[in-house]
Amino acid sequence: MKILVTVKEVAAVEDDFEIDGLAVDERYLEYDLNEWDDYAIESAVQIAEAADEDVEVVAATIGPERSEETIRMALAKGADRAVRVWDDAIAEQTLLDVDAKVSVFEQIVAEEEPDLVLSGVQAADDSFGATGVALANRVGFQWAAVVNDLDYAAGDDVATVRRELEGGVEEITEVDLPAVFSIQTGINEPRYASLRGIRQAQQKEIAPHDLADLGLDAETLDGALELTDMYEPESESDATIFEGGAEETAGELASVLRDKGVVGE
Amino acid sequence: MSENDVLFVAEHRHGTLRDVSYEGISAGRELADALDGDLHVAVISGPVDRFAESLDTPEVDVIHTVDAGEEFDHDTYTAASEALHADLDPAAVVFPNSVNGLDYAPAVADELGLPYVSDAVDLAYDDGLTVTREMYGSKVETTVDVAGDQFVLSIRAGEWGGASGTGDAEISPFEFDADSVDDGARVQGFEEVGGGDVDIGEAEFLVSIGRGIEEEENLDLIRDLCDATGATLSSSRPIVDNGWLPKNRQVGQSGKKVTPKVYLAIGISGAVQHVAGMKGAETIIAVNTDPNAPIFDIADYGIVGDLFDVVPALIEEFE
Repeated sequence: MKILVTVKEVAAVEDDFEIDGLAVDERYLEYDLNEWDDYAIESAVQIAEAADEDVEVVAATIGPERSEETIRMALAKGADRAVRVWDDAIAEQTLLDVDAKVSVFEQIVAEEEPDLVLSGVQAADDSFGATGVALANRVGFQWAAVVNDLDYAAGDDVATVRRELEGGVEEITEVDLPAVFSIQTGINEPRYASLRGIRQAQQKEIAPHDLADLGLDAETLDGALELTDMYEPESESDATIFEGGAEETAGELASVLRDKGVVGE
Repeated sequence: MSENDVLFVAEHRHGTLRDVSYEGISAGRELADALDGDLHVAVISGPVDRFAESLDTPEVDVIHTVDAGEEFDHDTYTAASEALHADLDPAAVVFPNSVNGLDYAPAVADELGLPYVSDAVDLAYDDGLTVTREMYGSKVETTVDVAGDQFVLSIRAGEWGGASGTGDAEISPFEFDADSVDDGARVQGFEEVGGGDVDIGEAEFLVSIGRGIEEEENLDLIRDLCDATGATLSSSRPIVDNGWLPKNRQVGQSGKKVTPKVYLAIGISGAVQHVAGMKGAETIIAVNTDPNAPIFDIADYGIVGDLFDVVPALIEEFE
């Protein structure tokens, strides 16, 4: 069987940063594999490792050449190969909307014919939280969003998942395959890439595709959404901030705790 | 029914409407006013007549009841939302950006071929829709313009006040054949997780630890602080995800909602999911190295500093 994992390289913003137009200034960004996708890769690799049959794990991403370094981490953790989609037309977008992403992944699903697709619940940068479920609808797969437990053995027609609802409640659901699951953090313990894994990953394929390779044209990306402004939210803080060294500030804090009556004199 | 109308789909679980249902009515009303249209609210599955009565607030024009099953199931919700859209042809469909919202709103938008913007924290309409949403874990806010006359949105919980009072909405049972719906995903049941030795919901003084602790071994420092002050230890999500503390210690949207007298947040940035679980604390104190961390927006007292300096000094105060 084949498992496709959609992954994304995301940027984290440093504590102090500047905004340049419609983006955070590149100098304040640090790139890494999206945290949720790390758990999705681990879920896929665990299914492959537990299987009697041959299970191929393919990572798919939309990202520039720079992202190959990040995608290689997914390969070092056990994915067999990767597909990377990029195009000048994608680079020009201020906001690649759900419909555009799904149109790209739809073609990859058509090409790869996976039995199971895993995505992260959301990307840490724009947090749309929509690609997996929208993709499932597009390609006619079943789905489950916010999965924090996945009981599935390679080759089975049905998976049992737990969906993490609000307030410490989990929903237990049976889902027919083929399916897309959006994976929540905490579902497993993502491994660190071993030295051997990192070495092997250098030999694994990251196949580049542009839109034309997928039979798409630039118009596919002409979505209805346009990013029009980006700014730092105004601080709403009216907190009393204690200034000074650790001893001084800890002393002030201790007085607050005593005043509130939650600690003894 | 008009092309200026707004349709909001309410949410419930185990026989109770969730707060976001009333918040969505407020958001939907704002948008309907800006569009000069009506606000339709749909409630799908469960005791729909009783729900309709509760949802009948002055903001609502029409309530559509869809009698289909007891609990949320994405196949039913997706199909019913699409059928309602076909019938009402509204400008906007609004869903809660809840865990269940994530499980069907993107599918509905894709099926209808409409633009989708998730997790809105503010909406404005002036010749076109503008959605305000956050990026990079609340560090940045953005506005997104949506072209076209029809769109699908999801709204963040807690951003709009909840509608209340009694209105005189028209209550309209919606004809929907629930038996014809695909059943490729079948809900088997629910389980409450996070029970165990301690109930952080009962604690008067919580010391809560987040990513700033860096390593599991460093938790001992926080345990020492709890011992010295008599506080109960809780945490944000990453600590539980890492397996460093059990689920019953987790504060937040997917963990416990707590309302202690004092909540001392150490090394917690204050992501929206965390804040949802502790904003009801009487007094909130934050210790964080980042002066721009969102936790300071809701804190009453704060120290901008390194927890590895502040916490040992604080322990000394009580020894």
